[in-house]
Amino acid sequence: MLRADNVSFTYGQGPGIRPATLSGISLEIRRGQVVGILGPNGSGKTTLLRMLCGMRRPDHGSVTLEGTSLDRLSRRALARRIAVVPQETQLAFEYTVLEMVLMGRHPHLGLFQLEGPNDFDVARDALAATGTAQLEHRRFSTLSGGEKQRVVIAAALAQAADIMLLDEPTASLDLGYQLEVAALVTSLNQERSVTIVISTHDLNLAASTCHELVMLRQGRVIAAGPTTEVLTPANVRELYDVDADVHVHEPSGHLVVVPVTRVTRPR
Amino acid sequence: MTSVRRRLTVVVPAFGLLTFAVLLVAPTLGSTPISLRRVFDSSIAWDDNVDAQIFFVARLPRVLAGALVGSTLAAAGVVMQALLRNPLATPFTLGVSAAAALGAMAAIALHLDATFLGAAAIPAACFGGAMVGTTIVYFLATRVSGGLSTNVLLLAGVTLNTFFSALITFVQYLVDPADWYRTARWLLGNLDVSSYTPILASVPLIGIALLLFALLPRTLNLLTLGDDVASGRGVDVATAQRIAFLSASLATGAAISLAGPIGFIGIVVPHLVRLLVGSDHRIVLPAATLFGAAFLVSCDLIARTIMSPIELPVGIVTAMIGGPFFLWLLVRKA
Repeated sequence: MLRADNVSFTYGQGPGIRPATLSGISLEIRRGQVVGILGPNGSGKTTLLRMLCGMRRPDHGSVTLEGTSLDRLSRRALARRIAVVPQETQLAFEYTVLEMVLMGRHPHLGLFQLEGPNDFDVARDALAATGTAQLEHRRFSTLSGGEKQRVVIAAALAQAADIMLLDEPTASLDLGYQLEVAALVTSLNQERSVTIVISTHDLNLAASTCHELVMLRQGRVIAAGPTTEVLTPANVRELYDVDADVHVHEPSGHLVVVPVTRVTRPR
Repeated sequence: MTSVRRRLTVVVPAFGLLTFAVLLVAPTLGSTPISLRRVFDSSIAWDDNVDAQIFFVARLPRVLAGALVGSTLAAAGVVMQALLRNPLATPFTLGVSAAAALGAMAAIALHLDATFLGAAAIPAACFGGAMVGTTIVYFLATRVSGGLSTNVLLLAGVTLNTFFSALITFVQYLVDPADWYRTARWLLGNLDVSSYTPILASVPLIGIALLLFALLPRTLNLLTLGDDVASGRGVDVATAQRIAFLSASLATGAAISLAGPIGFIGIVVPHLVRLLVGSDHRIVLPAATLFGAAFLVSCDLIARTIMSPIELPVGIVTAMIGGPFFLWLLVRKA
């Protein structure tokens, strides 16, 4: 449903850190899938997610949603189809959890329209689905890292989009919260049929939750396909310059990756 | 949790009543006691009716100017803080006020009011300065980053603020002592307008700015969460930032043209309001707009009466209240 065709992008001249560029990327996110985007720091994962949600326009190539170029959709129309969970959410002002989640209704409300009962129902349903219903009246800034991430996902869920893009959703979380977020991603996909794209560094998260993987290195796709086919020692080595064991973990039935040694890439 | 609609139906009438009460009482109080019965007694000729003269010429315009400027600066402060995602931002942070003040300084130094345009010369030059300052900051912020970078906006604004302030000092150094006194008095901020004309002149400009503000509240909520979140929720971030910056600058320029750079309103009022009603801009913005009027008119009432018969410029009173408040905010945050 969401396709990138031969997408290239270079950040223009400007101050600050220059994120990675992308060259010649083609991929297709199919309905109902959980797709993982893997790659080392600076490989272009975040940039690719920005292309896929229309926040940035590719220099070359196109991104299409069910055949319509993202360029031809307004931000509002896009937000009703694609929700984004950024790496970090920092608040400049205090909001309660419910206020945060209701903000997900923005693309469904008219300019001066206030949230109605239906919007509250959607928001409370999103809180329930993410296990954060009891936090409704808490101030967002008083939550733990894992709670914050789940509330941010609830806000994206309240957007009622059928595609959700998550940028390193577990990056700053401890092991327990990482598992929680992984379980949440799986349940959103299975119970609410949300098509999900996750960028992550966590190979085991990818192995346990993603149906398909896209591996990015220096802005190019080096491998893409079903997780069981693509997550191989050779690809992990190509991606991270790390020798790793990859084997099936019998009790859970999915692959696990055990990094062993760093290798030096011949130049 | 009550809905925004229900909270608005409590908050807006509450702040509205408070403001209405302040506006009603303020013109009746002052260093000279007046009798309201005499003020509205049409059997007394205007020339003999000192009470009516005090009420309609000295006090009422002053109260109306205070209400207008207080509302405008408070609302502009709310918008600026959301735009810059910084609770310590004020309407004067981005250099618009210093540019406006420089315009006024130039008009005073060149005696434009004596040679050209008359009494309107200083406000006109001031508003012109504000617009020039806005244009420069806007040009810099859009030029560096394609869109409108709030980081560049902040850096360019703060730098230009300092630069224009230096030019103001330079102008003050060059002028003769009588003009120096006028520049210094102007910079303190003063609501002593004593005529309805400047108020009426500023109403259309402030009206346009407030109408633009009315488009923004839900978008401002999202902008405070960061550009990426706002964009992902369907906000056209660059357009929203442009409207916010230009309308806040227009409002600030118009308010300064009317009363000079009265400090701290744009930060004290938004924060007091947030303490009472939370951070949702759909509630904060109307509440701050109403409360700004009540706050500045009250400060001016203090300025008019505390050292009676001497009238202080209201900028001194707002600074006395605002300075410590600002520090308290800073410490509380840390």
